[in-house]
Amino acid sequence: MSDNSHIRVVVGMSGGVDSSVTAYLLKEQGYEVIGIFMKNWEEKDENGVCTATEDYQDVQRVAEQIGIPYYSINFEKEYWDRVFTYFLEEYKKNRTPNPDVMCNKEIKFKAFLDYAMDLGADYLATGHYARVERDENGLAAMLRGVDTNKDQTYFLNQLSQEQLSKVMFPLGGMEKSEVRRIAEEAGLATAHKKDSTGICFIGERDFNEFLNQYLPAQPGKMMTYDGEIKGEHHGLMYYTIGQRKGLGIGGDGEGHNDPWFVVGKDMTKNVLYVGQGDQNDKLYATHLDASDISFISGHDYPKTFKCTAKIRYRQKDVPVTVHLSPDQQTARVKFDQPEKAVTPGQAIVFYDDDVCLGGGTIDVAYNHSEALQYV
Amino acid sequence: MKHVYLDHAATSPVHPEVIEKMVVAMEEAYGNPSSSHSFGRQSHSYLNQSREILAHSIGASPHEIIMTSCGTESDNMAVLGTAQQRKDLGKHIISSQVEHPAVIKALHILENQGYEVTYLAVDAKGRISVEDFKSSLRDDTILVTIMYGNNEVGTTMPIREIGQYLKENKHQAYFHTDAVQAYGLVALDVKELGVDMLSVSSHKLNGPKGIGFLYLSDAVELPSLIVGGGQESGRRAGTENIPGMAGFAHAVRLTKEDQEEKRQAALDDGDYLMSGLDRIGVDYSINGEREHTIGHVLNLHLHGVDASQFIIQLDLKGIAVSAGSACSAGTVDPSPVLVAMYGADHPAITESIRFSFGLGTTQEDLDYTIQSIEKILKK
Repeated sequence: MSDNSHIRVVVGMSGGVDSSVTAYLLKEQGYEVIGIFMKNWEEKDENGVCTATEDYQDVQRVAEQIGIPYYSINFEKEYWDRVFTYFLEEYKKNRTPNPDVMCNKEIKFKAFLDYAMDLGADYLATGHYARVERDENGLAAMLRGVDTNKDQTYFLNQLSQEQLSKVMFPLGGMEKSEVRRIAEEAGLATAHKKDSTGICFIGERDFNEFLNQYLPAQPGKMMTYDGEIKGEHHGLMYYTIGQRKGLGIGGDGEGHNDPWFVVGKDMTKNVLYVGQGDQNDKLYATHLDASDISFISGHDYPKTFKCTAKIRYRQKDVPVTVHLSPDQQTARVKFDQPEKAVTPGQAIVFYDDDVCLGGGTIDVAYNHSEALQYV
Repeated sequence: MKHVYLDHAATSPVHPEVIEKMVVAMEEAYGNPSSSHSFGRQSHSYLNQSREILAHSIGASPHEIIMTSCGTESDNMAVLGTAQQRKDLGKHIISSQVEHPAVIKALHILENQGYEVTYLAVDAKGRISVEDFKSSLRDDTILVTIMYGNNEVGTTMPIREIGQYLKENKHQAYFHTDAVQAYGLVALDVKELGVDMLSVSSHKLNGPKGIGFLYLSDAVELPSLIVGGGQESGRRAGTENIPGMAGFAHAVRLTKEDQEEKRQAALDDGDYLMSGLDRIGVDYSINGEREHTIGHVLNLHLHGVDASQFIIQLDLKGIAVSAGSACSAGTVDPSPVLVAMYGADHPAITESIRFSFGLGTTQEDLDYTIQSIEKILKK
């Protein structure tokens, strides 16, 4: 085994099994490993104890087991300014933001990466399921994680060449089950810890209730595009295009028992549009406009090219044609087949086979010449 | 990697002689001091000898020493016990904004129970004013609790003046001082200070962890917060920590034999460190002061340096110091002491480091520290 003892790697440890195994594997490979827990959100329980305490305690247990120094650092201000503010702004515009993409771009692989470099680290490692491959010229490519169920390149699409040159994703080549097995065999304290779900700062809480603390809801009418009133909505921001659950309306009792979906929003009138059946025209987009386009290679792409794209996490990518603007900052993306529930605010991420090319943010969805009324 | 320990105010290394004494005590005196057989008597004699030494160290009588498990328990007992005992005499308490959480949190409990607490403000050096104290004192004040010296910045408080004022005025208030930081560095005489209660802890002066005491003057009566057997004259139940007491007492003996020299050595360490920082051009200022100070604490505001990151960088070079106060999730929260001194928006709140010196601190350690600081800051 090569001598890695002079290579200092900071591991972002969340107290979960993935980052625990990440730290463990790197330590086994002989690197000088430092574990760092990031506290991004200030929340105290009724006893004044930070809710991050339990996760931090898991970091402590694992770090002690594998014998690495560990620290906890506070990124609350950065997170608030660069992620949470964006999150609220997007909801105010009735878009559906992706705070994980923003957190990776602005916090984990920017503020935190800089912090790690200040500590003299050569690399920052995380437990993401993605692979980084470097060619002979040092150019880094990001590939999907081998475990396609867990692949997290969707959330990492905004990373730049410079950021990727300093990161390691040791779990990219592994299946989740293998990660669990390693944790078990090494006896790591987090081996059986449940995977976290949802958005980190909301945790297990009710999403709408959380949002309501920050953005006052404005209830309004729920209606069809034919003008039929179907009920009340609690506030447009609580609904997302294509949403089926939680609308409180069933079939129409005349044999049309197809489920109802959110098919549009009108901010000026504060109306939520619903439509029946999952083949509803308003649910399908033939193309979309995206901004904040960023390519991992750092090189310009041809004005028009074909690839595949994912418009939400955990969905198979579909064939598209990308038409870039001259400055390569925005794109019009045409689907080979109409795509359901294209959601403004979410990321669109491009792939060439297993290689994640980069991505952008969805702004407008179109059904042929008609811009869908989604925000 | 070299290891340099400059965090003696957090806790201190146990003196090798103390360890020896404790091992012997564990071997020789495992009997229960309450037992009426030879094993019990053996342990009881350890108890008495230790208590004698501890009492003597502050000019008290042995029966005025209540053994506790730590400084926090001593503080809790003094504050909560007084309130419980004297609730019919008044509900007003005077303290300061810079007390240790062991006092502050106990006071918060009392506030929730309807007691009224005046927290005396401190000046930019971390010191309360005697005038403020006098004007805050009321007929219904039942307790004054002010620390002897601050754990974060080292500043000492005008304890003697307060004690004398209370005694001269024959005021009903009990006077408690948390002397956990000061006890190892400063000669303390409870009669001269005019205190009724005084908290100390063993592990701050090269004794073992898990033991401390509360001095309770004859004049003071407190209910026991821990009930059970009749240990400590019925004032604190629980089988006595014989090895802890033996170690504690020996640590006190070692400390008190050349206390003034040790304090001077700690002051010299601080001065040496500062002269090194001057030499390498570090821009800093002192939090607290060098005149009214316990001696072993040197808290510096390193201008423009993020303290939470700096302590990690020092730790990666093997140097142990501290900053702010730790949140339960491990991050560094703003120090309430510095906030009381400067206000919440002052840069010192996030740019200050506490160095503290003691047993085993060498000039070589300090040279290595200065070199490391230079490397970190010049990068």
